[in-house]
Amino acid sequence: MAKPMKFAGFALKNLFSKPATYGYPFVKKEYKERYRGKIVIDIDDCLFCGLCSRKCPSGAITVDRNARTWSIERMGCVQCANCVEGCPKNCLHTENAYTDPAAEKVVDTYQGKPVEKKEEAAAPAEDISDKLPVANLDECVFCGLCAKNCPANAITVDRPNKTWTLDESACAHCGVCKAKCPKKCIEFK
Amino acid sequence: MRENYELTVIDSTELPLKALEMKRNNARLVQICATSIEGGYELSYSFAMDYEFINYRIVLDADVKIVSISDLFPSAAFYENEMKELFGVKIESIGLDYDNKFYRIEVEAPFKK
Amino acid sequence: MGKRSIVPFGPQHPVLPEPIHLDLVLEDEKVIEAIPSIGFIHRGLEKLIEKRDFNDYMYVIERICGICSFMHGMGYCEALERIFDVEIPDRSKYLRTIWCEMSRTHSHLLWLGLLADAFGFEALFYQCWRMREKILDMFEASTGGRVIFSVNKVGGVLKDMDKQMLESFVKEFDAMEEELKKLCDVFLTDITVISRLKNVGVLSKEDAITYGAVGPMMRASGIAIDTRKLGYAAYNDIDFKIITSNNCDSYARCEVRIGELFQSFDIIRKAVKQIPDGDIATTVKGNPNGEAFVRLEQPRGEAIFYIKANGTKYLDRARVRTPTFTNLAPLTKILQGCDYADVPILVLTIDPCVSCTER
Repeated sequence: MAKPMKFAGFALKNLFSKPATYGYPFVKKEYKERYRGKIVIDIDDCLFCGLCSRKCPSGAITVDRNARTWSIERMGCVQCANCVEGCPKNCLHTENAYTDPAAEKVVDTYQGKPVEKKEEAAAPAEDISDKLPVANLDECVFCGLCAKNCPANAITVDRPNKTWTLDESACAHCGVCKAKCPKKCIEFK
Repeated sequence: MRENYELTVIDSTELPLKALEMKRNNARLVQICATSIEGGYELSYSFAMDYEFINYRIVLDADVKIVSISDLFPSAAFYENEMKELFGVKIESIGLDYDNKFYRIEVEAPFKK
Repeated sequence: MGKRSIVPFGPQHPVLPEPIHLDLVLEDEKVIEAIPSIGFIHRGLEKLIEKRDFNDYMYVIERICGICSFMHGMGYCEALERIFDVEIPDRSKYLRTIWCEMSRTHSHLLWLGLLADAFGFEALFYQCWRMREKILDMFEASTGGRVIFSVNKVGGVLKDMDKQMLESFVKEFDAMEEELKKLCDVFLTDITVISRLKNVGVLSKEDAITYGAVGPMMRASGIAIDTRKLGYAAYNDIDFKIITSNNCDSYARCEVRIGELFQSFDIIRKAVKQIPDGDIATTVKGNPNGEAFVRLEQPRGEAIFYIKANGTKYLDRARVRTPTFTNLAPLTKILQGCDYADVPILVLTIDPCVSCTER
């Protein structure tokens, strides 16, 4: 059953057909819509909660809550889009284009708008990165707004039984609960 | 649908006997895995007969030696070298002993607790 | 008895894309014994589990290997879903199945190309890889990545494929199948290919069990075991026959992989026909506690995922037993008594993936 010259047909066909490649750089590749090329941010919507930087497997994202900056090491990012999945405000997206090649490592920094007066509590100046939220249950109305807004789903509010519980290991120390609380009864301790 | 499997805890001295039993039943060695626990290790020896998946678990103190089964199952030598080097499990008379040169790593027993 | 000499093979060798080293004990032109040694690229990814949240570790475990990255992520998620005892939606099971089979087709095409390259048939190699490129484009369109897909999560998948996309894939696979049939005909009947593969590297059925061969390596020795039959993902609902061969040589391993290639196309077609509507993920709350083994069939053979969790968001242990690791022992067996010139092909017939092996 072994036969010679089985490949000859392919060889002849390839000789007279168009190449499978395209002439880069004159013809540019069109990336598919879902292609994860790089991460982009709508900085105006950003809460600076820092969840993305915590979730990033390669540690490429740095969030400075006080200076209201969000920066990404473009060459360190592995395009896994875990930050996009985890963002509580959906302000991160993937774009189907690469970061341009560069001779040096690129760090892109985005500056958020300065805080408006009434939102001052949203970005507390104090460092809460190792503190946990504690609710003052005497004032709490068990509305559940903190639980609804918690990016890490760490808070459970049970209105009928009047309980407020925190999953300490899940807490992202972002301060969103404190900012959202209508009764201002959450403190970081 | 999820696969059902057995997990039997055995003593470290029973291992050669169980391995021999598996060998006689024409089973194949699927894997050996070590997990570091406080003050020792948990070793899982997995065998398979057709689709049947059989696991033996040995809980070992850090300084207890265990006998290699690489004479019965030649592929065991690679798993045993891996456990010896990454976890520091004391394994005696491995068929093909790389003498801690299996992985070229600088740290001694990095997975040990 | 001739004079014995030891010849080093690798870690850098034209046939090997990845570093593995073999010490070959030769007697004249015959290999008497082969001692493999690895460890050039040990990355310690299993150790990283102690520092990463179990949800985020999915993206690390995917990076064990660039070919079966989808199945690594999926195996890890299946193991955690088992610990959480959650049932994922049916649609996500089918989506996982489709992506699994797409991974298998591109892996086998890659292997066929590398095999052709190993025996010096470069035109054939290009032809295989040209076809593989189309599958990578499909991955790009459906998952957003060409190598690392990042579409799994504990509790389901992250991206959906709509009907139009699925049907366009099936159409592409249909067109590909026609061309592939002719191409595989070259592998199975061309005289130059056969002369390099037939009766080379025989692994008997008994040896396959003793040395713990898995995957196409085992099935080429006449053992009909395919872990897909355990029914993970949607394989329970899809009917397929295990492909085996009784020749036990390199040709048989090529034959089995080619058979699986067409089988994968078939499974994809069936899955697209049967896929139900619905959600693609369930939410999983809390932290895992317990341990689980999960077995699944990667292109190179059976892989085992072992997860031990302790009730916190950091797992105690995540272990992946990859198929190449266990195929090293059969490799030493088939190298015994072969010609020195056949060593590159024999190393390739186990479809070595060194980055899997070392993790």
